Amino acid sequence: MSATTGNPSGDTLAPLRRQWIRHSPAERLTRWLMFLAVVAAVVWAVRTIDIIPEFLADAPEQMADLVLRMWPPDLAAYPTTIHAALVETLHIASLGTAFGFLMALPLALMAARNICRIPALNALAQVGLVASRSVNSLVWALIFVAVFGPGAAAGVFAIAFRSIGFVGKLLAEALEEMNPGPREALRAAGAPWGAEMLKAVWPQIRPAFWGVALFRWDINVRESAVLGLVGAGGIGVVLEDAINFFQWDQVATILLAILAVVLVAEIVVTRVRARLL
Amino acid sequence: MSGSNPPAGRRAPFATDWGMRIFGILIIAYLAYASTQLDLGLGRFINGLGEGGRFIARLFPPNFERWELLLEGLLESIQIAVLATVGGIILSLPLGLMAARNIAPWWVSGPTRAFIAVCRSLHYVIVAIIFVKALGFGALAGIAALIIASIGFVAKLFAEAVEEISMKQVEAVRSTGASGMAVLLYAVLPQVASRFVGFGLYQLDSNLRNSTLVGVVGAGGIGGTLFAAFKRFDYDFVSAILIAIIALILLAELVSGRIRAAMR
Repeated sequence: MSATTGNPSGDTLAPLRRQWIRHSPAERLTRWLMFLAVVAAVVWAVRTIDIIPEFLADAPEQMADLVLRMWPPDLAAYPTTIHAALVETLHIASLGTAFGFLMALPLALMAARNICRIPALNALAQVGLVASRSVNSLVWALIFVAVFGPGAAAGVFAIAFRSIGFVGKLLAEALEEMNPGPREALRAAGAPWGAEMLKAVWPQIRPAFWGVALFRWDINVRESAVLGLVGAGGIGVVLEDAINFFQWDQVATILLAILAVVLVAEIVVTRVRARLL
Repeated sequence: MSGSNPPAGRRAPFATDWGMRIFGILIIAYLAYASTQLDLGLGRFINGLGEGGRFIARLFPPNFERWELLLEGLLESIQIAVLATVGGIILSLPLGLMAARNIAPWWVSGPTRAFIAVCRSLHYVIVAIIFVKALGFGALAGIAALIIASIGFVAKLFAEAVEEISMKQVEAVRSTGASGMAVLLYAVLPQVASRFVGFGLYQLDSNLRNSTLVGVVGAGGIGGTLFAAFKRFDYDFVSAILIAIIALILLAELVSGRIRAAMR
């Protein structure tokens, strides 16, 4: 914020007549240019996007049809097919989170500049973490379905590889923020590297560790619900089948089940976090 | 985050935290049980390693011959992201205000919060499936799905920002006899406007990521091209698409970082 004075003439009341302007001309110019860019982007997108008008015209009709087909939800299908798939989804999310942590821990230790003193290794670990994060879990699932074949194994690996980047980045940040005192004290007492990690580093990052674990597990429960759409196991497979067979009442049950699981997972995470941290 | 401080009376060094230990053992037991349920054999893993080697060999070199198709998909993804963000922000503004418990009465904020929670809970790909049925194949379904996702994120954060504002200014403006609209415009919005811009930028970033994927279920963008290439085992084209998507996302991150710095 900057202030520019108005008429700087000789009279004594001049300070009272000062004119306050919130932004400097350069700031105002960048703001206007950005506003212009946003408007231009929207206009370009609206004018060139490929929307089929017939589809838009009968959208309300189709929507009503969809709701009518979905209601009432086919609750009888839950015990026979949906329940097992839902449990499998939870297993995929948990195992994926665990494997992700196993792979992320060494990378996080390598990426933290106060643990690993070799800049080349820091950079290498960072590249690994960024690569994991910039590929979406569905794309990871496509890749692992090509590698392991369709099934829950591909889902577990997709979740794990997607989690590495997120978990590794947050853990590395927690490691870099910790207090060097306890480590120095242990090292001065002659403790080996393992003891230093276990007794000085681990107690300091433990709250961050559990916080990240719970947070990522919550995200992974949501993500593992859709992995089945590309064949990576879980409730997505059942959802895909139900949609392909136009069993919309069953689709409604599956959606309700996913919604319930996601909400319960969120409540569990909030509770456990309040207890742990 | 700070570590747990030791109890004042007993000062055992490195005391065993039995609660945490039991919690950890329970988690490990559950993971062991889950891995037996999922058929994760070692043989399958070793077999997969061989397959993985062959798969990676087929990814290289990336094949950019069909770059027109690639560019078309990328542009459509960007269009979806831009329109979904604008639509989502326009809808999030009233929804966020309606969900803020210090502005709206409970019978308005309660249902609005529930609606926002549902928007947030459903994965955007699942929402996209529903909209593909309702609106037909194409970009429109992707836009609608990402608008729902944007509401779930922006409206929630916006409501939280509104709940954190200082009520003094609201009371001051109200005490001059201002109407409800004037209170919103002159007391509430100025306090949250800059954060709202930040949420919008963040959401544009994440919509761009997500718009590259809604195509997997037929909702437009590069995802459809990617999924088709996977299904045809066209792995060299797959690697070209993946490189293009990652480049686009990194570029977007760079640009939004610059914009955020300029808007501060």
